[in-house]
Amino acid sequence: MKNSYLNMELMRFSTAGNVDDGKSTLIGRLLYDSKAIFQDQYESIQEISLRNGEEQVNLALLTDGLKEEREQGITIDVAYRYFATPKRKFIIADTPGHFQYTKNMVTGASTCNLSIILIDARKGIVEQTKRHAFIASLLGVPHLIFAINKMDLVEFDADTFYQIKSEIESFVAKLNVKDIQFVPISALKGDNVVEESKNMDWYRGGTLMYLLENVHVGSDYNHVDCRFPVQHVIRSQSSEAPDYCGYAGRVFGGVFKKGDEVVVLPSGESSKINTIKLAEKSIEEAFAPMSVSMTLEDNLDVSRGDMIVRVSNKPTVSEDIEVIFVWLSEEPLNSTKKYIVKHSSNEVKCSIKEMRYKIDINTLHRLQEDKVVEMNDIARIAIVTSKPLLFDRYERNRNTGSLILIDEATNKTVAAGMIV
Amino acid sequence: MKSYRLTHLQELEAEAIFVLREVAAQFEHSALLFSGGKDSVVMAHLAKKAFFPAEIPFSLIHIDTGHNFKETIEFRDNYIKKNNFKLIIGSVQQSIDEGDLTEEVGFDASRNALQSITLLDVIKKNSFDCVMGGARRDEEKSRAKERFFSHRDELGQWDPKSQRPELWNVFNGKKKAGEHFRVFPISNWTEMDVWQYILAENIEIPSIYFAHKRAVFLRDGVTMAASEFITRRDTEKVFEEEIRFRTIGDVTCTGAVVSSANSVEKIIEEVAATRTTERGNRADDKRSESAMEDRKKEGYF
Repeated sequence: MKNSYLNMELMRFSTAGNVDDGKSTLIGRLLYDSKAIFQDQYESIQEISLRNGEEQVNLALLTDGLKEEREQGITIDVAYRYFATPKRKFIIADTPGHFQYTKNMVTGASTCNLSIILIDARKGIVEQTKRHAFIASLLGVPHLIFAINKMDLVEFDADTFYQIKSEIESFVAKLNVKDIQFVPISALKGDNVVEESKNMDWYRGGTLMYLLENVHVGSDYNHVDCRFPVQHVIRSQSSEAPDYCGYAGRVFGGVFKKGDEVVVLPSGESSKINTIKLAEKSIEEAFAPMSVSMTLEDNLDVSRGDMIVRVSNKPTVSEDIEVIFVWLSEEPLNSTKKYIVKHSSNEVKCSIKEMRYKIDINTLHRLQEDKVVEMNDIARIAIVTSKPLLFDRYERNRNTGSLILIDEATNKTVAAGMIV
Repeated sequence: MKSYRLTHLQELEAEAIFVLREVAAQFEHSALLFSGGKDSVVMAHLAKKAFFPAEIPFSLIHIDTGHNFKETIEFRDNYIKKNNFKLIIGSVQQSIDEGDLTEEVGFDASRNALQSITLLDVIKKNSFDCVMGGARRDEEKSRAKERFFSHRDELGQWDPKSQRPELWNVFNGKKKAGEHFRVFPISNWTEMDVWQYILAENIEIPSIYFAHKRAVFLRDGVTMAASEFITRRDTEKVFEEEIRFRTIGDVTCTGAVVSSANSVEKIIEEVAATRTTERGNRADDKRSESAMEDRKKEGYF
């Protein structure tokens, strides 16, 4: 028990689907079958279901967190759920399928290893399926599972499944997703969710749970390009650690080893890694996503916002940046306004150089004429920052390639950006 | 090729340390809520790791209802002394004495909700711009929607419907004068993760988490400690039982579980087998379907 638990991996996934695709039922089933629903929680939703005059216990109630949501029967915001199997601990970002779906899906998908997209077997691909797949691809989610749900309502028919699968395959060929899987399920009856279905012996792949437990997440982090944004400088004058000056941060890419020759950007000064520490423990190497502190052999002037990298592999340093933005605010983009950019441990101002085009989320076509960027819009925009940023393309690194825009007047996060 | 992988506990630890350091960088005057409960002890442990070998750049705050388990207070005081931390105590009793608060009366009287007012008072008096708590998203359904960086207006209120979207590892802690943030570094941990981490890191916790004999009584099916702070009904008879506490709150609203788990390993086995939520014995959450959400909107932690 103890050893197996200490050896578990973390897997973050999001779920997306239409209102009636059975998303809440699926999450309820995953939580219920993995024993993450407790008796008192179950009794509480049982009581509400009864009060609402529903015939069955409505598992969807488990995922509706706020009073208003329960009263209106809708999901307003991203909610996080947790369950574990002996192999992995899972974090579900449960995003609503209808209300401000782009904003919420983007938020949920930004940290995920995997997205599950639910499809009603009776309806096949609908507009939202394409949107969800596109957003997952845009956000660089490495693994996608299309769960063809409600197979019980199409008599567990193989042809229906293969027909939908081939339609999706021709659509996703246009997208940039590394790993795509398909699984026929019935969330309501439990077929191929946790238990193998007895009704679909024509399907030879694993159950949804098998896929969730076995998808290879080890290579989801970039272990090639060494990136260490300095988050905080730790100084100590105590008797145990006199004149200690360590650079604290989270490895955003690559593997750093003791003795490595490194360069501090933007100054360009070079040095060698003297120590790498995780609290009081010295370690030989650090890789993403570890939080560590480093000391260098030379006494350099390093502060928050700087980045420690390898001599031979540097990020782009520029104030001219091309970004795909997802607009999150009710207030549209104002191209004459200055915005605050937050990027890794840096904060600078930016102005809008050019709004290039919007992307139609249903057809993936570029819209050149329409220059108004409103909530849930996706647009490619050129920005100029007040000082150069140290970045990589989002495709290459989700952490050094992402940024957010903040409105100076309201302090609200108004857009999420992926550097092209 | 060598595989570079972290276990889920290592990854959760790295995430929490990242958030703690982000707080140190983005805020001028932050504090960490410290009740002596296991989540706050884990938080303090993570803070020590995040800033080693320097001292932690935060004060600790305890909102003291005056209705505590004495073991927790002893633990708290020893812990503060041993680690040389600075502790600020916000006293609910004092708020009552000064006339800022009106106390509930009756059998189910609790000072739990009153803590919010004392906390907001402490935040204002010390001009804290960020207060960190050990709240976790798995504890309760309105907390499942909570951000790592959660904005509070000048009255300390939470507006769950207009929360800032939180993407990647980018946290927006910008605010106007008088506003503050609540930050929850262990948002993604579950009760099980906390216990496993306590075991893996050999973290000291108050004795009342472990099984011990105590004078108790039953109220609405929940085992409660017999205490001078609770008025018992005539039908509520006191008896002795071997129990432990799964959460530690105010004596008046913290239920015990009958248990013989006297070590962290045994507690983990018990948690793995248990079928009720951790807060299931918290009378404060049982007041209504949205009790936690209502309190949080008003500034509760």
